[in-house]
Amino acid sequence: MTATPVFGDAEQHVLHEILAANRHLEGALLPILHAVQHQFGYVPAEALPVIAKDLNISRAEAHGVMSFYHDFRDHPAGRTTLKICRAEACQAMGADDLVDHARDSLALDWHETTKDGAITLEQVFCLGLCACGPAMMVDGKLVGRADVAKLDAIIAEARS
Amino acid sequence: MSMKMYLPLDSAAVALGADDVAAAIAARFPEATLVRNGSRGMVWLEPLLEVEIDGVRHGFGPFETTDIDALSGDLANHPKALGPVDDLPWMQRQTRLTFARVGVIDPLSLDDYRAHGGVTGLERALSMTPAEIVTETTDSGLRGRGGAGFPTGIKWKTVMEAQADQKYIVCNADEGDSGTFADRMLMEGDPFTLIEGMVIAGIATGATKGYVYLRSEYPIAIEVMNKAVAIARQQGLLGASILGSAHAFDMEIRVGAGAYVCGEETSLLNSMEGKRGVVRAKPPLPALEGFMGKPTVVNNVISLATVPVIFERGAQFYQDFGLGRSRGTIPLQIAGNVKHGGLFEIAFGLPLGEIVDDIAGGTASGRPVKAVQVGGPLGAYFPRDLFDTPFGYEEFAGKKGLIGHAGLTLFDDQQDMLKMARFAMEFCAIESCGKCTPCRIGSVRGVETVDRIAQGDASAIPLLTDLCETMKDGSLCALGGFTPYPVMSALTHFPDDFATTAQEAAE
Ligand SMILES: Cc1cc2nc3c(=O)[nH]c(=O)nc-3n(C[C@H](O)[C@H](O)[C@H](O)COP(=O)(O)O)c2cc1C
Ligand code: SF4
Ligand code: FES
Repeated sequence: MTATPVFGDAEQHVLHEILAANRHLEGALLPILHAVQHQFGYVPAEALPVIAKDLNISRAEAHGVMSFYHDFRDHPAGRTTLKICRAEACQAMGADDLVDHARDSLALDWHETTKDGAITLEQVFCLGLCACGPAMMVDGKLVGRADVAKLDAIIAEARS
Repeated sequence: MSMKMYLPLDSAAVALGADDVAAAIAARFPEATLVRNGSRGMVWLEPLLEVEIDGVRHGFGPFETTDIDALSGDLANHPKALGPVDDLPWMQRQTRLTFARVGVIDPLSLDDYRAHGGVTGLERALSMTPAEIVTETTDSGLRGRGGAGFPTGIKWKTVMEAQADQKYIVCNADEGDSGTFADRMLMEGDPFTLIEGMVIAGIATGATKGYVYLRSEYPIAIEVMNKAVAIARQQGLLGASILGSAHAFDMEIRVGAGAYVCGEETSLLNSMEGKRGVVRAKPPLPALEGFMGKPTVVNNVISLATVPVIFERGAQFYQDFGLGRSRGTIPLQIAGNVKHGGLFEIAFGLPLGEIVDDIAGGTASGRPVKAVQVGGPLGAYFPRDLFDTPFGYEEFAGKKGLIGHAGLTLFDDQQDMLKMARFAMEFCAIESCGKCTPCRIGSVRGVETVDRIAQGDASAIPLLTDLCETMKDGSLCALGGFTPYPVMSALTHFPDDFATTAQEAAE
């Protein structure tokens, strides 16, 4: 597990800038959560009550929204996030074998991070690359026609 | 030598190495013009490099960095030479209306867009009354391409007639269905078409504000759309006075957060309002009480992006294509274990078998096609026996299936269909919004029941059938309500996959 970083004055300042830039939007909560996660890599527990107060909603509601969506995480991810598509079109091209290989070689279940903090493993259902599957996303970079060799190379690079 | 070349910025091309090729070309031919276009839809040829020779675009693909040196030699003999792209059979056989410009133009050049017929539809719409625009849309026969197939003009009419101080156009770009990527390709390859369609929808209904709810899994589409909106605003296609008229319309891109159910229109509206993406009961219809409680058009990307060509060429022109009550063209997305996968736009009515065997050329593995899932994760698995089904809304419904967003996923004969039935239940359990018990709990039971069948318990088969009935009847939306389609079609059409496992266990 990666240690949770402190949420100090500097972080509070960044959070307030995000709120100032987004609070005028109709339905500002998702854009704010995205911006916070983009900035910090996750949505820190300290940030939620501040966001809730700013938008005049309850903490419970802010928490309920955040936990509803697969994208938002409440703790930091590894240095590399590896998302593997498990949906039908990729299964037709052997995604299951790729998934098994990733889980076995990293000894991880979904949403978990390797002990060295290098890699977080996530499942995803379709990246729109269904005619060139199996598909993966490595820190936002798209990979088509993925196979065990490509996966091993990505893992090796993430750990180097 | 000043060369003009095209290489897609499309996600599929990029996933297959287009960015590396682009960088290497820029280094090798610094004086050449390299346009990053959308994809022509031939994914098996991506990255597809095009070089303009005497005004004709010649294709080279799938292009790798090692193919660059040979570009300085005789191009006709280049190892990856395909000849003029427009002459390739895949291109020749299509009727590209919605996708006419995708892969052809520079997606972020409004000049290029205009030079290829863009904005003509909007100019015509600006000369019409809202009621005339709605009638034209209805007359085209256009039905929602997001899955439900509801007539677009009728939805617009409801919003037009609603009285409110604010109305909205919301574009559903959540495209969560496996096997689909038409929305993505359109937004990456011709974003102004979507913007133009939304502006026309706004003028027709009196909505002055639009949103595109775009899934977070599409980073390139998000980037292209944001840039296109900024350019459109700068050049008067959006803003207080559309092309100098009295109409105002502006729009924003909103990013989803990885929930499949947020593609359902009321869940999407909740999500846009900053709430949990729980499905709302209807009525009220979003057309009357939608985003922020105001009258709202919710339309799929392809529905909206088809509007400009309807206004450019006329409702009659569009509605002359098609079959039965499925009018116009449909961008098929051919995916999975497929030899020639990609996007193929054609009039409704082509038999499934012709699409699978002829256009797609069967599987990538070279093995026989066992099943085709049509319409995404909530769509049925079609066996070869049903390959004569013509591609149309009613025709597929008549075979206990659906066309959905027109994705077709091919599987070869090594696919275990029991596994696919299990996956359908698992997916429903993961993505359920939680509101209805048959969906939330039923799907979990469904996984367990399929596992029992897999372990040889044949008595679990009628349980699975009953469970599917319960989910169908007791679910508020199509996630719980249609998950029985893939499950029951797998069970009905591929009984051996459910029976042999039972025998194996008994042995
Ligand atoms: C679970 C579920 C997921 C859906 N996902 C999408 C989607 O990703 N994109 C879409 O346009 N419609 C989707 N729909 C259909 C929408 O609810 C709605 O019918 C559509 O956006 C209306 O636009 P149209 O009339 O232009 O098709 C989904 C429906 C359900 C039940
Ligand atoms: S069927 Fe499932 S996803 Fe749809 S409203 Fe009910 S619980 Fe939510
Ligand atoms: S199913 Fe994997 S990218 Fe679409």
